[in-house]
Amino acid sequence: MENRIGNDGIKNVIECKGISKYFGEGANKKEVLSTMDLSVKENEFVVILGPGQSGKSTLFRMIAGLEKPSTGHIYVNGKEVTGPNPVIGYVFQRYTLFPWKTVMENVEMGPKLKGVGKKERREKAQYFINLVGLNGFEDAYPHQLSGGMKQRVGIARAYANDPEIMLLDEPFGQLDAQTRILMEQEILRIWEKEKRTVCFVTNNIDEAIFLGDRIVMLEGKLPSKMKKIYNVDLPRPRDFTDLAFLELREEITGETELAL
Amino acid sequence: MGENKKNMFLKVLSVVSIVALFLGWQLVVDFGIVPNTLLASPKQVIEMFIYKISNANPDGAVLWVHVMTSLQEALTGYLLALVIGIPLGLAMGWFVVVEGLARPIFEMIRPIPPVAWIPLAIFWFGIGLAGKVFIIWASGLVPCVINSFVGVKMTNPVFIKMAKTYGATDWEIFKDICIPSALPMVFGGLQVALAASWTALVAAELIAADTGLGFLITMGRRLLKPDMIILGMMMVGLTGVIIGIIIDKIEKRLVAGVNK
Repeated sequence: MENRIGNDGIKNVIECKGISKYFGEGANKKEVLSTMDLSVKENEFVVILGPGQSGKSTLFRMIAGLEKPSTGHIYVNGKEVTGPNPVIGYVFQRYTLFPWKTVMENVEMGPKLKGVGKKERREKAQYFINLVGLNGFEDAYPHQLSGGMKQRVGIARAYANDPEIMLLDEPFGQLDAQTRILMEQEILRIWEKEKRTVCFVTNNIDEAIFLGDRIVMLEGKLPSKMKKIYNVDLPRPRDFTDLAFLELREEITGETELAL
Repeated sequence: MGENKKNMFLKVLSVVSIVALFLGWQLVVDFGIVPNTLLASPKQVIEMFIYKISNANPDGAVLWVHVMTSLQEALTGYLLALVIGIPLGLAMGWFVVVEGLARPIFEMIRPIPPVAWIPLAIFWFGIGLAGKVFIIWASGLVPCVINSFVGVKMTNPVFIKMAKTYGATDWEIFKDICIPSALPMVFGGLQVALAASWTALVAAELIAADTGLGFLITMGRRLLKPDMIILGMMMVGLTGVIIGIIIDKIEKRLVAGVNK
Protein backbone atom coordinates (compact mmCIF):
# COMPACT_ATOMS: atom_id res chain seq x y z
CA MET A 1 0.00 0.00 0.00
CA GLU A 2 1.18 3.47 -0.86
CA ASN A 3 1.92 6.02 1.75
CA ARG A 4 -1.31 7.95 2.11
CA ILE A 5 -0.30 10.56 4.65
CA GLY A 6 1.20 13.80 3.39
CA ASN A 7 3.85 15.87 5.18
CA ASP A 8 1.18 17.83 6.98
CA GLY A 9 -0.50 14.75 8.38
CA ILE A 10 -3.66 15.03 6.25
CA LYS A 11 -4.55 11.93 4.28
CA ASN A 12 -4.53 11.82 0.52
CA VAL A 13 -7.90 10.72 -0.83
CA ILE A 14 -6.85 10.68 -4.48
CA GLU A 15 -3.46 9.50 -5.63
CA CYS A 16 -2.46 9.29 -9.27
CA LYS A 17 0.86 7.50 -9.75
CA GLY A 18 2.60 7.77 -13.09
CA ILE A 19 -0.60 7.66 -15.08
CA SER A 20 -0.74 8.22 -18.82
CA LYS A 21 -3.40 7.73 -21.43
CA TYR A 22 -3.17 6.74 -25.07
CA PHE A 23 -5.92 6.49 -27.61
CA GLY A 24 -5.66 4.40 -30.77
CA GLU A 25 -3.06 1.86 -31.83
CA GLY A 26 0.13 1.79 -33.91
CA ALA A 27 0.54 4.76 -36.22
CA ASN A 28 -2.70 6.31 -34.97
CA LYS A 29 -1.59 6.13 -31.38
CA LYS A 30 -2.12 9.42 -29.71
CA GLU A 31 -0.89 10.29 -26.27
CA VAL A 32 -3.31 12.52 -24.40
CA LEU A 33 -1.81 12.47 -20.92
CA SER A 34 1.75 11.66 -20.12
CA THR A 35 3.14 10.46 -16.82
CA MET A 36 1.32 12.40 -14.23
CA ASP A 37 1.54 12.23 -10.47
CA LEU A 38 -1.09 13.98 -8.46
CA SER A 39 -2.26 13.73 -4.87
CA VAL A 40 -5.33 15.40 -3.49
CA LYS A 41 -5.83 15.79 0.25
CA GLU A 42 -9.02 15.34 2.16
CA ASN A 43 -11.36 18.34 1.89
CA GLU A 44 -8.96 20.14 -0.39
CA PHE A 45 -10.21 22.29 -3.28
CA VAL A 46 -7.90 21.54 -6.19
CA VAL A 47 -8.29 23.30 -9.50
CA ILE A 48 -6.94 21.73 -12.66
CA LEU A 49 -6.14 24.57 -15.03
CA GLY A 50 -5.50 24.00 -18.70
CA PRO A 51 -6.74 25.05 -22.12
CA GLY A 52 -9.34 23.10 -24.10
CA GLN A 53 -8.27 19.66 -25.35
CA SER A 54 -5.55 19.35 -22.73
CA GLY A 55 -6.77 16.04 -21.38
CA LYS A 56 -8.41 17.44 -18.25
CA SER A 57 -11.68 15.60 -18.79
CA THR A 58 -9.75 12.42 -19.60
CA LEU A 59 -8.01 12.71 -16.24
CA PHE A 60 -11.38 13.08 -14.52
CA ARG A 61 -12.93 10.16 -16.36
CA MET A 62 -10.03 8.00 -15.23
CA ILE A 63 -10.36 9.11 -11.60
CA ALA A 64 -14.09 8.40 -11.82
CA GLY A 65 -13.40 4.94 -13.21
CA LEU A 66 -15.12 5.57 -16.54
CA GLU A 67 -11.83 5.00 -18.37
CA LYS A 68 -8.69 3.09 -17.51
CA PRO A 69 -5.26 4.72 -17.55
CA SER A 70 -2.91 3.20 -20.14
CA THR A 71 -0.10 3.12 -17.60
CA GLY A 72 0.12 3.86 -13.89
CA HIS A 73 -2.38 3.54 -11.09
CA ILE A 74 -5.06 5.65 -9.46
CA TYR A 75 -6.03 5.15 -5.84
CA VAL A 76 -9.12 6.57 -4.21
CA ASN A 77 -9.16 6.20 -0.43
CA GLY A 78 -6.22 3.87 -0.80
CA LYS A 79 -8.02 1.45 -3.11
CA GLU A 80 -7.14 1.14 -6.77
CA VAL A 81 -9.83 2.46 -9.10
CA THR A 82 -11.27 -0.35 -11.23
CA GLY A 83 -14.67 1.04 -12.19
CA PRO A 84 -17.24 3.70 -11.33
CA ASN A 85 -17.48 4.33 -7.62
CA PRO A 86 -20.33 6.18 -5.90
CA VAL A 87 -17.76 7.69 -3.52
CA ILE A 88 -17.11 10.07 -6.39
CA GLY A 89 -19.70 12.62 -7.46
CA TYR A 90 -19.30 13.87 -11.00
CA VAL A 91 -20.70 17.14 -12.33
CA PHE A 92 -20.32 17.17 -16.08
CA GLN A 93 -19.45 20.06 -18.35
CA ARG A 94 -22.72 19.90 -20.22
CA TYR A 95 -26.01 19.92 -18.46
CA THR A 96 -26.77 16.30 -17.83
CA LEU A 97 -30.10 16.51 -16.06
CA PHE A 98 -32.57 13.94 -17.24
CA PRO A 99 -35.16 15.95 -19.17
CA TRP A 100 -38.00 13.55 -18.29
CA LYS A 101 -37.39 13.88 -14.56
CA THR A 102 -38.29 16.81 -12.33
CA VAL A 103 -35.67 18.60 -10.23
CA MET A 104 -36.62 16.44 -7.25
CA GLU A 105 -36.47 13.22 -9.26
CA ASN A 106 -33.09 14.19 -10.68
CA VAL A 107 -31.60 14.99 -7.28
CA GLU A 108 -32.91 11.86 -5.56
CA MET A 109 -31.54 9.61 -8.31
CA GLY A 110 -28.38 8.58 -6.46
CA PRO A 111 -30.06 7.53 -3.20
CA LYS A 112 -32.85 5.87 -5.20
CA LEU A 113 -30.33 3.72 -7.08
CA LYS A 114 -28.83 2.75 -3.72
CA GLY A 115 -32.26 1.58 -2.58
CA VAL A 116 -32.87 4.33 -0.02
CA GLY A 117 -36.56 4.56 0.96
CA LYS A 118 -38.72 7.26 -0.52
CA LYS A 119 -39.19 9.39 2.59
CA GLU A 120 -35.54 9.36 3.53
CA ARG A 121 -34.27 10.12 0.03
CA ARG A 122 -36.81 12.91 -0.44
CA GLU A 123 -35.62 14.54 2.79
CA LYS A 124 -32.03 14.29 1.73
CA ALA A 125 -32.75 15.61 -1.78
CA GLN A 126 -34.77 18.47 -0.30
CA TYR A 127 -31.86 19.42 1.95
CA PHE A 128 -29.50 19.74 -1.01
CA ILE A 129 -32.10 21.47 -3.20
CA ASN A 130 -32.41 24.05 -0.44
CA LEU A 131 -28.64 24.21 -0.08
CA VAL A 132 -28.17 25.16 -3.73
CA GLY A 133 -30.98 27.70 -3.42
CA LEU A 134 -33.65 26.01 -5.52
CA ASN A 135 -36.42 25.48 -3.00
CA GLY A 136 -39.72 25.98 -4.77
CA PHE A 137 -38.42 24.40 -8.00
CA GLU A 138 -38.71 20.76 -6.92
CA ASP A 139 -41.41 19.95 -9.48
CA ALA A 140 -39.94 21.94 -12.37
CA TYR A 141 -38.57 20.13 -15.40
CA PRO A 142 -35.04 20.97 -16.58
CA HIS A 143 -36.27 22.75 -19.71
CA GLN A 144 -37.99 25.28 -17.44
CA LEU A 145 -34.70 26.22 -15.74
CA SER A 146 -31.92 28.63 -16.72
CA GLY A 147 -28.38 27.41 -17.34
CA GLY A 148 -27.18 28.43 -13.87
CA MET A 149 -30.13 26.72 -12.21
CA LYS A 150 -29.47 23.53 -14.18
CA GLN A 151 -25.92 23.41 -12.88
CA ARG A 152 -27.21 24.02 -9.35
CA VAL A 153 -29.40 20.96 -9.76
CA GLY A 154 -26.38 19.05 -11.09
CA ILE A 155 -24.42 20.00 -7.97
CA ALA A 156 -27.31 19.09 -5.65
CA ARG A 157 -27.67 15.77 -7.44
CA ALA A 158 -23.98 14.98 -6.99
CA TYR A 159 -24.12 15.92 -3.28
CA ALA A 160 -27.26 13.88 -2.63
CA ASN A 161 -25.37 10.72 -3.55
CA ASP A 162 -23.11 11.21 -0.48
CA PRO A 163 -19.85 11.45 -2.35
CA GLU A 164 -16.58 12.01 -0.49
CA ILE A 165 -15.05 13.47 -3.60
CA MET A 166 -16.61 15.85 -6.09
CA LEU A 167 -15.27 16.10 -9.61
CA LEU A 168 -16.51 19.21 -11.34
CA ASP A 169 -15.63 19.26 -15.03
CA GLU A 170 -15.88 22.87 -16.25
CA PRO A 171 -19.30 23.13 -14.66
CA PHE A 172 -19.69 26.81 -15.44
CA GLY A 173 -18.19 26.78 -18.94
CA GLN A 174 -21.54 27.31 -20.64
CA LEU A 175 -22.79 30.10 -18.41
CA ASP A 176 -22.65 33.80 -19.18
CA ALA A 177 -19.93 35.79 -17.40
CA GLN A 178 -22.16 37.22 -14.70
CA THR A 179 -23.91 34.00 -13.80
CA ARG A 180 -20.53 32.34 -13.79
CA ILE A 181 -19.12 34.69 -11.11
CA LEU A 182 -22.26 34.20 -9.05
CA MET A 183 -21.95 30.43 -9.33
CA GLU A 184 -18.27 30.56 -8.34
CA GLN A 185 -19.32 32.29 -5.12
CA GLU A 186 -22.11 29.78 -4.68
CA ILE A 187 -19.90 26.73 -5.07
CA LEU A 188 -17.60 28.09 -2.33
CA ARG A 189 -20.56 28.81 -0.08
CA ILE A 190 -21.84 25.25 -0.60
CA TRP A 191 -18.40 23.78 -0.11
CA GLU A 192 -17.86 25.72 3.16
CA LYS A 193 -21.18 24.31 4.40
CA GLU A 194 -20.69 20.76 3.11
CA LYS A 195 -16.95 20.14 2.99
CA ARG A 196 -15.88 17.56 0.47
CA THR A 197 -12.73 16.95 -1.46
CA VAL A 198 -13.23 18.91 -4.67
CA CYS A 199 -11.39 18.69 -7.97
CA PHE A 200 -12.48 21.40 -10.35
CA VAL A 201 -11.47 21.70 -13.99
CA THR A 202 -11.38 25.06 -15.70
CA ASN A 203 -9.64 26.97 -18.46
CA ASN A 204 -10.27 30.27 -16.71
CA ILE A 205 -7.40 31.70 -14.63
CA ASP A 206 -9.57 34.02 -12.54
CA GLU A 207 -11.90 31.17 -11.70
CA ALA A 208 -8.94 29.00 -10.73
CA ILE A 209 -7.46 31.60 -8.34
CA PHE A 210 -10.85 32.51 -6.93
CA LEU A 211 -11.67 28.91 -6.03
CA GLY A 212 -8.61 26.77 -5.45
CA ASP A 213 -6.48 25.86 -2.47
CA ARG A 214 -4.10 24.56 -5.08
CA ILE A 215 -3.92 25.11 -8.79
CA VAL A 216 -2.51 22.34 -10.94
CA MET A 217 -1.49 23.82 -14.23
CA LEU A 218 -1.33 21.58 -17.28
CA GLU A 219 0.82 21.92 -20.37
CA GLY A 220 -1.04 23.66 -23.19
CA LYS A 221 -0.38 21.02 -25.83
CA LEU A 222 -0.80 17.28 -26.10
CA PRO A 223 0.32 15.11 -24.53
CA SER A 224 -0.68 16.93 -21.43
CA LYS A 225 1.65 16.96 -18.45
CA MET A 226 1.65 18.76 -15.20
CA LYS A 227 3.49 22.03 -15.63
CA LYS A 228 3.39 23.66 -12.25
CA ILE A 229 1.47 23.63 -9.00
CA TYR A 230 0.53 26.84 -7.22
CA ASN A 231 -0.51 27.02 -3.61
CA VAL A 232 -3.04 29.77 -3.23
CA ASP A 233 -2.73 31.14 0.31
CA LEU A 234 -5.11 34.06 -0.11
CA PRO A 235 -7.93 34.19 2.46
CA ARG A 236 -11.51 33.63 1.26
CA PRO A 237 -13.64 35.27 0.06
CA ARG A 238 -11.13 36.36 -2.50
CA ASP A 239 -11.31 39.63 -4.33
CA PHE A 240 -10.61 39.73 -8.05
CA THR A 241 -9.07 43.19 -7.64
CA ASP A 242 -6.94 42.41 -4.60
CA LEU A 243 -3.24 43.11 -5.21
CA ALA A 244 -2.09 39.62 -4.18
CA PHE A 245 -4.80 38.13 -6.47
CA LEU A 246 -3.55 40.18 -9.39
CA GLU A 247 0.09 39.31 -8.72
CA LEU A 248 -0.69 35.60 -8.74
CA ARG A 249 -2.79 36.08 -11.83
CA GLU A 250 0.12 37.75 -13.56
CA GLU A 251 2.49 35.00 -12.52
CA ILE A 252 0.20 32.28 -13.87
CA THR A 253 -0.57 34.21 -17.02
CA GLY A 254 3.17 34.52 -17.66
CA GLU A 255 3.43 30.72 -17.58
CA THR A 256 0.73 30.00 -20.06
CA GLU A 257 -0.46 30.57 -23.54
CA LEU A 258 -3.98 30.89 -22.18
CA ALA A 259 -3.79 34.64 -21.80
CA LEU A 260 -5.59 36.58 -24.43
CA MET B 1 -50.24 41.20 -38.54
CA GLY B 2 -48.73 40.18 -41.88
CA GLU B 3 -48.43 36.63 -40.57
CA ASN B 4 -52.10 36.66 -39.53
CA LYS B 5 -53.24 37.92 -42.89
CA LYS B 6 -51.23 35.26 -44.65
CA ASN B 7 -52.76 32.54 -42.47
CA MET B 8 -56.26 33.87 -43.12
CA PHE B 9 -55.56 33.92 -46.86
CA LEU B 10 -54.29 30.33 -46.72
CA LYS B 11 -57.46 29.22 -44.92
CA VAL B 12 -59.69 30.90 -47.48
CA LEU B 13 -57.71 29.30 -50.31
CA SER B 14 -58.02 25.82 -48.82
CA VAL B 15 -61.80 26.19 -48.52
CA VAL B 16 -61.95 27.44 -52.12
CA SER B 17 -59.86 24.51 -53.32
CA ILE B 18 -62.01 21.86 -51.60
CA VAL B 19 -65.28 23.44 -52.73
CA ALA B 20 -63.97 23.73 -56.29
CA LEU B 21 -62.89 20.10 -56.30
CA PHE B 22 -66.33 18.82 -55.25
CA LEU B 23 -68.16 21.24 -57.52
CA GLY B 24 -65.96 20.31 -60.48
CA TRP B 25 -66.38 16.63 -59.68
CA GLN B 26 -70.19 17.01 -59.50
CA LEU B 27 -70.25 18.93 -62.82
CA VAL B 28 -67.98 16.45 -64.60
CA VAL B 29 -70.47 13.70 -63.73
CA ASP B 30 -73.63 15.80 -64.32
CA PHE B 31 -72.54 16.85 -67.80
CA GLY B 32 -71.55 13.31 -68.69
CA ILE B 33 -67.87 14.23 -69.34
CA VAL B 34 -67.01 11.09 -67.41
CA PRO B 35 -69.74 8.42 -67.66
CA ASN B 36 -71.64 7.79 -64.44
CA THR B 37 -70.82 4.09 -64.70
CA LEU B 38 -67.15 4.93 -64.03
CA LEU B 39 -67.44 7.81 -61.59
CA ALA B 40 -70.11 8.57 -59.03
CA SER B 41 -70.89 12.19 -58.17
CA PRO B 42 -70.35 13.51 -54.62
CA LYS B 43 -74.14 13.65 -54.28
CA GLN B 44 -74.44 9.96 -55.09
CA VAL B 45 -71.67 9.13 -52.62
CA ILE B 46 -73.49 11.00 -49.86
CA GLU B 47 -76.74 9.25 -50.79
CA MET B 48 -74.94 5.93 -50.66
CA PHE B 49 -73.50 6.88 -47.26
CA ILE B 50 -76.97 7.60 -45.88
CA TYR B 51 -78.37 4.43 -47.42
CA LYS B 52 -75.56 2.26 -46.04
CA ILE B 53 -76.03 3.56 -42.49
CA SER B 54 -79.12 1.41 -42.11
CA ASN B 55 -79.12 -1.01 -45.09
CA ALA B 56 -77.09 -4.19 -45.31
CA ASN B 57 -77.74 -4.64 -49.05
CA PRO B 58 -76.18 -5.13 -51.52
CA ASP B 59 -72.94 -6.22 -49.80
CA GLY B 60 -74.30 -7.95 -46.73
CA ALA B 61 -73.54 -5.54 -43.89
CA VAL B 62 -74.29 -1.97 -42.81
CA LEU B 63 -71.50 0.61 -42.93
CA TRP B 64 -70.95 0.52 -39.17
CA VAL B 65 -70.21 -3.20 -39.28
CA HIS B 66 -67.63 -2.71 -42.04
CA VAL B 67 -65.90 0.04 -40.07
CA MET B 68 -65.92 -1.96 -36.85
CA THR B 69 -64.63 -5.09 -38.57
CA SER B 70 -61.75 -3.19 -40.09
CA LEU B 71 -61.01 -1.42 -36.81
CA GLN B 72 -61.06 -4.64 -34.87
CA GLU B 73 -58.66 -6.32 -37.28
CA ALA B 74 -56.39 -3.30 -37.47
CA LEU B 75 -56.24 -2.62 -33.75
CA THR B 76 -55.69 -6.28 -32.83
CA GLY B 77 -52.79 -6.60 -35.25
CA TYR B 78 -51.45 -3.19 -34.33
CA LEU B 79 -51.51 -3.84 -30.58
CA LEU B 80 -49.79 -7.19 -31.08
CA ALA B 81 -47.14 -5.39 -33.12
CA LEU B 82 -46.58 -2.88 -30.30
CA VAL B 83 -46.51 -5.48 -27.56
CA ILE B 84 -43.91 -7.55 -29.37
CA GLY B 85 -42.10 -4.93 -31.46
CA ILE B 86 -41.38 -2.24 -28.86
CA PRO B 87 -39.80 -4.48 -26.20
CA LEU B 88 -37.87 -6.31 -28.90
CA GLY B 89 -36.56 -3.07 -30.42
CA LEU B 90 -35.67 -1.59 -27.04
CA ALA B 91 -33.83 -4.73 -26.00
CA MET B 92 -32.03 -4.87 -29.36
CA GLY B 93 -30.83 -1.32 -28.74
CA TRP B 94 -29.27 -2.05 -25.36
CA PHE B 95 -28.40 -5.73 -24.98
CA VAL B 96 -25.66 -6.92 -27.30
CA VAL B 97 -26.88 -10.52 -27.18
CA VAL B 98 -30.38 -9.58 -28.32
CA GLU B 99 -29.03 -7.34 -31.06
CA GLY B 100 -26.67 -10.05 -32.27
CA LEU B 101 -29.35 -12.73 -32.34
CA ALA B 102 -32.44 -10.85 -33.46
CA ARG B 103 -31.10 -8.25 -35.83
CA PRO B 104 -29.90 -10.51 -38.69
CA ILE B 105 -33.27 -12.30 -38.84
CA PHE B 106 -35.09 -9.01 -38.65
CA GLU B 107 -32.96 -7.46 -41.39
CA MET B 108 -33.59 -10.50 -43.58
CA ILE B 109 -37.37 -10.31 -43.28
CA ARG B 110 -37.62 -6.53 -43.36
CA PRO B 111 -37.24 -5.98 -47.15
CA ILE B 112 -40.28 -8.21 -47.88
CA PRO B 113 -43.28 -5.91 -48.24
CA PRO B 114 -46.02 -6.95 -45.79
CA VAL B 115 -48.61 -7.35 -48.57
CA ALA B 116 -46.39 -10.09 -50.03
CA TRP B 117 -47.34 -12.15 -46.98
CA ILE B 118 -51.05 -12.08 -47.90
CA PRO B 119 -51.15 -15.34 -49.93
CA LEU B 120 -49.29 -17.25 -47.21
CA ALA B 121 -51.52 -15.70 -44.56
CA ILE B 122 -54.60 -16.92 -46.43
CA PHE B 123 -53.06 -20.43 -46.63
CA TRP B 124 -52.37 -20.46 -42.95
CA PHE B 125 -55.29 -18.62 -41.45
CA GLY B 126 -58.03 -18.40 -44.09
CA ILE B 127 -59.91 -15.22 -44.83
CA GLY B 128 -61.15 -14.60 -41.28
CA LEU B 129 -59.79 -12.35 -38.56
CA ALA B 130 -56.55 -14.26 -37.88
CA GLY B 131 -55.12 -13.90 -41.40
CA LYS B 132 -55.62 -10.17 -41.52
CA VAL B 133 -54.35 -9.69 -37.99
CA PHE B 134 -51.19 -11.49 -39.07
CA ILE B 135 -50.68 -9.18 -42.06
CA ILE B 136 -51.23 -6.09 -39.97
CA TRP B 137 -48.98 -7.39 -37.24
CA ALA B 138 -46.22 -8.00 -39.79
CA SER B 139 -46.57 -4.48 -41.23
CA GLY B 140 -46.71 -2.72 -37.88
CA LEU B 141 -43.90 -4.71 -36.34
CA VAL B 142 -41.13 -3.29 -38.53
CA PRO B 143 -41.49 0.41 -37.64
CA CYS B 144 -42.05 -0.46 -33.97
CA VAL B 145 -38.82 -2.42 -33.79
CA ILE B 146 -36.74 0.02 -35.82
CA ASN B 147 -37.81 3.15 -33.98
CA SER B 148 -37.43 1.60 -30.54
CA PHE B 149 -34.02 0.28 -31.51
CA VAL B 150 -32.81 3.61 -32.89
CA GLY B 151 -34.36 5.46 -29.95
CA VAL B 152 -32.27 3.50 -27.47
CA LYS B 153 -29.15 3.78 -29.62
CA MET B 154 -29.61 7.55 -29.70
CA THR B 155 -29.55 7.89 -25.90
CA ASN B 156 -27.14 10.68 -25.04
CA PRO B 157 -23.92 8.89 -24.01
CA VAL B 158 -23.31 11.49 -21.31
CA PHE B 159 -26.54 10.34 -19.59
CA ILE B 160 -25.24 6.79 -19.56
CA LYS B 161 -21.84 7.81 -18.16
CA MET B 162 -23.60 9.97 -15.65
CA ALA B 163 -25.70 7.06 -14.43
CA LYS B 164 -22.61 4.85 -14.23
CA THR B 165 -20.89 7.28 -11.89
CA TYR B 166 -23.94 6.89 -9.65
CA GLY B 167 -23.40 3.16 -9.61
CA ALA B 168 -26.42 2.28 -11.75
CA THR B 169 -26.46 -1.27 -13.07
CA ASP B 170 -26.86 -2.15 -16.73
CA TRP B 171 -30.52 -2.97 -16.21
CA GLU B 172 -31.17 0.26 -14.27
CA ILE B 173 -29.57 2.32 -17.02
CA PHE B 174 -31.75 0.57 -19.59
CA LYS B 175 -34.92 1.00 -17.55
CA ASP B 176 -34.44 4.49 -16.13
CA ILE B 177 -32.47 6.22 -18.88
CA CYS B 178 -32.60 4.50 -22.25
CA ILE B 179 -36.33 3.80 -22.26
CA PRO B 180 -37.53 7.29 -21.27
CA SER B 181 -35.08 8.92 -23.63
CA ALA B 182 -36.25 6.64 -26.47
CA LEU B 183 -39.95 7.40 -25.92
CA PRO B 184 -40.32 10.18 -28.50
CA MET B 185 -38.78 7.94 -31.16
CA VAL B 186 -41.00 5.05 -30.08
CA PHE B 187 -44.08 7.20 -30.55
CA GLY B 188 -42.84 8.28 -33.95
CA GLY B 189 -42.71 4.56 -34.72
CA LEU B 190 -46.29 4.11 -33.53
CA GLN B 191 -47.51 6.66 -36.04
CA VAL B 192 -45.56 5.06 -38.89
CA ALA B 193 -46.73 1.61 -37.79
CA LEU B 194 -50.32 2.78 -37.78
CA ALA B 195 -50.09 4.06 -41.34
CA ALA B 196 -48.43 0.81 -42.41
CA SER B 197 -51.03 -1.33 -40.61
CA TRP B 198 -53.97 0.52 -42.07
CA THR B 199 -52.53 0.24 -45.59
CA ALA B 200 -51.92 -3.47 -45.14
CA LEU B 201 -55.41 -3.99 -43.75
CA VAL B 202 -57.11 -2.53 -46.81
CA ALA B 203 -54.85 -4.53 -49.11
CA ALA B 204 -55.67 -7.71 -47.20
CA GLU B 205 -59.41 -7.03 -47.25
CA LEU B 206 -59.37 -6.28 -50.96
CA ILE B 207 -58.09 -9.79 -51.56
CA ALA B 208 -59.76 -11.88 -48.90
CA ALA B 209 -62.66 -10.82 -46.71
CA ASP B 210 -66.40 -11.01 -46.18
CA THR B 211 -66.79 -7.77 -44.28
CA GLY B 212 -64.67 -4.68 -43.71
CA LEU B 213 -64.00 -1.48 -45.60
CA GLY B 214 -61.69 -3.15 -48.11
CA PHE B 215 -64.43 -5.69 -48.79
CA LEU B 216 -66.95 -2.87 -49.28
CA ILE B 217 -64.64 -1.40 -51.94
CA THR B 218 -64.23 -4.78 -53.65
CA MET B 219 -68.00 -5.35 -53.66
CA GLY B 220 -68.46 -1.92 -55.20
CA ARG B 221 -66.20 -2.98 -58.04
CA ARG B 222 -67.95 -6.34 -58.51
CA LEU B 223 -71.40 -4.72 -58.47
CA LEU B 224 -70.22 -1.89 -60.77
CA LYS B 225 -71.15 0.68 -58.15
CA PRO B 226 -68.57 3.49 -58.17
CA ASP B 227 -70.47 5.32 -55.38
CA MET B 228 -69.84 2.37 -53.09
CA ILE B 229 -66.15 2.23 -54.02
CA ILE B 230 -65.64 5.91 -53.28
CA LEU B 231 -67.61 5.70 -50.03
CA GLY B 232 -65.32 2.85 -48.93
CA MET B 233 -62.21 4.84 -49.83
CA MET B 234 -63.41 7.86 -47.92
CA MET B 235 -64.27 5.84 -44.84
CA VAL B 236 -60.78 4.26 -44.90
CA GLY B 237 -59.19 7.71 -44.98
CA LEU B 238 -61.42 9.18 -42.32
CA THR B 239 -60.99 6.31 -39.87
CA GLY B 240 -57.20 6.41 -40.36
CA VAL B 241 -57.11 10.12 -39.57
CA ILE B 242 -59.15 9.65 -36.40
CA ILE B 243 -56.89 6.89 -35.04
CA GLY B 244 -53.85 9.04 -35.86
CA ILE B 245 -55.25 11.91 -33.83
CA ILE B 246 -55.97 9.64 -30.85
CA ILE B 247 -52.39 8.29 -30.83
CA ASP B 248 -51.04 11.81 -31.08
CA LYS B 249 -53.07 12.79 -28.00
CA ILE B 250 -51.79 9.82 -26.01
CA GLU B 251 -48.23 10.65 -27.02
CA LYS B 252 -48.54 14.26 -25.85
CA ARG B 253 -49.76 13.03 -22.47
CA LEU B 254 -47.04 10.45 -22.00
CA VAL B 255 -43.95 12.31 -23.09
CA ALA B 256 -44.55 15.56 -21.23
CA GLY B 257 -41.25 17.16 -20.39
CA VAL B 258 -39.17 14.97 -22.66
CA ASN B 259 -36.82 16.51 -25.22
CA LYS B 260 -37.87 20.06 -24.82
